[in-house]
Amino acid sequence: MDREEVVVRFSGDSGDGMQLAGNIFSTVSATVGNSISTFPDYPADIRAPQGSLTGVSGFQVHIGADQVFTPGDRCDVLVAMNAAALKTQYKYAKPDATILIDIDSFGPKDLEKAAFTTDDPIAEMGIDADRVIACPISQMVKDCLKDSGMDLKAVMKCRNMFALGLVCWLFDRDLEVAYAFLREKFAKKPEVAEANIRVIQAGYDYGHNTHSSATNVYRIETKTKCPGRYMDITGNKATAYGFIAAAEKAGLKLYLGSYPITPATDVLHELSKHKSLGVTTVQCEDEIAGCASSVGASFAGALAVTSTSGPGICLKSEAMNLAVIMELPLVVLDVQRGGPATGLPTKSEQTDLLQALFGRNGESPMPVIAATSPTDCFDAAYQASKMALEHMTPVVLLTDAYVANGSAAFRLPDLNEYPAICPPYVPEELRGAWTPYMRKEDGVRYWAVPGREGFEHILGGLEKDDKTGAISTNPENHDLMTRKRADKIAAIPVPDLEVIGDAEDAELLIVGFGGTYGHLRAAMEEMRQAGKKVAMAHFKFINPLPKNTAEVLLRYPRVVVAEQNMGQLAAYLRMKVDGFVPAQFNQVKGQPFVVSELVKAFDSIL
Amino acid sequence: MTTYTASDFKKGQPRWCPGCGDHFFLSSLHKAMAEIGVAPCDTAVISGIGCSSRLPHYMATYGMNTIHGRAAAIATGCKVANPRLTVWQVSGDGDGLAIGGNHFIHANRRNIDLNMILLNNRIYGLTKGQYSPTSPRGFVSKSSPYGTVEDPFRPAELCFGARGHFFARAVATDAPGTVEVLKAAYQHSGSSVCEILQNCVIFNNGTHESVYSKEGRARNAIYVRHGEPLLFGENNEYGLMQEGFGLKVVKLGENGVTLKDILVHDAHCEDNTLQLKLALMGDGDGFPIALGVIRDVEAPTYNDAVEAQIKEVSEKKKYHNFAELLETNDIWEVK
Repeated sequence: MDREEVVVRFSGDSGDGMQLAGNIFSTVSATVGNSISTFPDYPADIRAPQGSLTGVSGFQVHIGADQVFTPGDRCDVLVAMNAAALKTQYKYAKPDATILIDIDSFGPKDLEKAAFTTDDPIAEMGIDADRVIACPISQMVKDCLKDSGMDLKAVMKCRNMFALGLVCWLFDRDLEVAYAFLREKFAKKPEVAEANIRVIQAGYDYGHNTHSSATNVYRIETKTKCPGRYMDITGNKATAYGFIAAAEKAGLKLYLGSYPITPATDVLHELSKHKSLGVTTVQCEDEIAGCASSVGASFAGALAVTSTSGPGICLKSEAMNLAVIMELPLVVLDVQRGGPATGLPTKSEQTDLLQALFGRNGESPMPVIAATSPTDCFDAAYQASKMALEHMTPVVLLTDAYVANGSAAFRLPDLNEYPAICPPYVPEELRGAWTPYMRKEDGVRYWAVPGREGFEHILGGLEKDDKTGAISTNPENHDLMTRKRADKIAAIPVPDLEVIGDAEDAELLIVGFGGTYGHLRAAMEEMRQAGKKVAMAHFKFINPLPKNTAEVLLRYPRVVVAEQNMGQLAAYLRMKVDGFVPAQFNQVKGQPFVVSELVKAFDSIL
Repeated sequence: MTTYTASDFKKGQPRWCPGCGDHFFLSSLHKAMAEIGVAPCDTAVISGIGCSSRLPHYMATYGMNTIHGRAAAIATGCKVANPRLTVWQVSGDGDGLAIGGNHFIHANRRNIDLNMILLNNRIYGLTKGQYSPTSPRGFVSKSSPYGTVEDPFRPAELCFGARGHFFARAVATDAPGTVEVLKAAYQHSGSSVCEILQNCVIFNNGTHESVYSKEGRARNAIYVRHGEPLLFGENNEYGLMQEGFGLKVVKLGENGVTLKDILVHDAHCEDNTLQLKLALMGDGDGFPIALGVIRDVEAPTYNDAVEAQIKEVSEKKKYHNFAELLETNDIWEVK
């Protein structure tokens, strides 16, 4: 049976290797030119008891013949490696989904841990037994590897590969790509690679031999292909790559001051690997030092970055403000998660927008950029770095847990095609006449990096005199400097807001920002396919706003601002655009939007 | 090599109160920098907030007067990102040990090559007279009208506890003594803490009374120098001896004590036990206050190790630019 797109959700215990299985499946699919989008769903517990409801982790993969924008609402195939996974994850399955379970993990104790009250979990959950592939995965893996010499614990770690093999059979995937992936991953342990490969093959063969028990064999043909060389990339990795690329383009050392925090830590991990590119990472004693040391590194002439999530921004805000008043380049990455306080550390929200825009003492304007997808994180990090360096300002780069952990196929960028990055180094002819707050025509002050003779100067957190750069409490001067700092940010050029869909005659304009791009886009496409006139305008540049913002927002009869917070973008746009009164769609569940829910809500506005 | 004078490092007119210990220290710092001979353009002076943290404004070097407590963290980034710079970090007792205590101990633990100056006047001056983390128990101030009910930090203990490798002490009014420890701090690679005993004439006048004058120091201080016997007194008639787990003061010639019996200072000893005992003397305990370089032990610095690791990894890894980095991934081609 041919399908346009399919969603597979792998679920099991945190230690069951669901992410690896999902990653291999998405890579195998991407290799044949399918479009892919993935999303991991981790539990917050460090390591919940085995088989317990709180210890279930999921990994969802969306593959499509055409472009896919999201990891998908609900899955067509749910893999549940134990009873707890079935119990917690079935809600993510479509009514006609195929459910694949390891029946060996559905014993009386497993059922008890998963809080089932009968001995028939399938019936208890109201699942049609015909749609269930109940496979004795554990036993078959044991049989398959009985001569391998591996101990039971190691053998059981291969269960995920059996499920993967079976799913590969369902979708007619080429196993050779999976084998190559495993041989690369376990290059230092070839026996582990070969054991996994045997189990994948066994899973595939099991599907083949028992195909009568599966509903369908699906095929996803590739329709539109954008030729090129690709890799699979998560948002966090793409962000790290964007910083590396920007530093190279600017000819600067990349410095990251950071403190581990979910879900931003992978950026620290990634950048820490690349010493051969001269990347310097300091894991600091706290979030404050992460940002403060980056300010020091920026003063010393590096491209300075600090990475964190919302709680870290609270702690960094004072040093961010220091970079504002000293007018030094700095990129502050906020991978947003559920709040307030510790909130939902592993889940996704867009609730730090107003904090990014306004969460500091004094008049403290700072550019804000929000990445729209895992692959866009690369461009967004590059643009944030360019903006910081060329405009001598800290820039907040917002991503979120969904974008950061999600992955997609990434067409390898060619740095030659990216714009140059030219920091405003103080020109030699100003020697003797230069003072620290002397500005270029665009209001940006010059950068004099320590080591340069004749340009010694003192910066600081106290207000400075516009002319001399000395400490000043003069009222007129403070007013002037406040305006100059604000004007400088307001004058930063950003691309116009793009309207997609029925730009000419839409009856509804969907507005969002950052990581919800894919879901909003999918909802718009679905509505248009149903004959509705809908357009969409998505904000990536939030401060300063695109010049055509008011014109776009006021052009359509109805506008809905949809965001994963209680209306922060809507409030900001209303503040910036006179007469703008949008409808709102707000959700703070820690989970990505569900396209079908968006469509329903938007339909009701129409 | 260019030679410098103190005036090459001077800028502006200090605005501290007349008689403030910071004036004396600043003058010694200018002098020390000239003698050290690092160019002003290769020198960065980074402070936090507080009276003493105004200091960078009076320097003709690069510098920053930043935010409260963060000087050590900011200096850390500055040094690691640009190891060619000579970085001086200046804090008071509130900036360095209260709001900035965490950064102080971690900079010491990491052993970053920073020259860390701690101007200790045991009071908050800029906010007009509250007790600080170095004020003694029972100290009466605006925020402790009935006396504090907490014990103070002793900076050396924090430094040593954080595995610091250099600790020196000087009195602000003692220019030669201050210049000597500043030069030693510069010479030492790794974090070096110089505690400067400094008087606040307005809110805590006389806090270091016993050693603030030359005569006082002759009576109440001991200048410690590596490799020299620990002698003190107006005529060097007293000395320190080890006794059991502690030290004791002895008089030469009394009870058969000769110069041979006197402990010889070893600032380079890895084991900091006796150095700490020296550093903690003089708290009304009958011992003199130790001045000079108390601990000076060489150890690998963080910034050198970072550079070495970058070099080592660069030699091993096959990718050295972004395009090569991309190629290290699993790549597929869509035709």
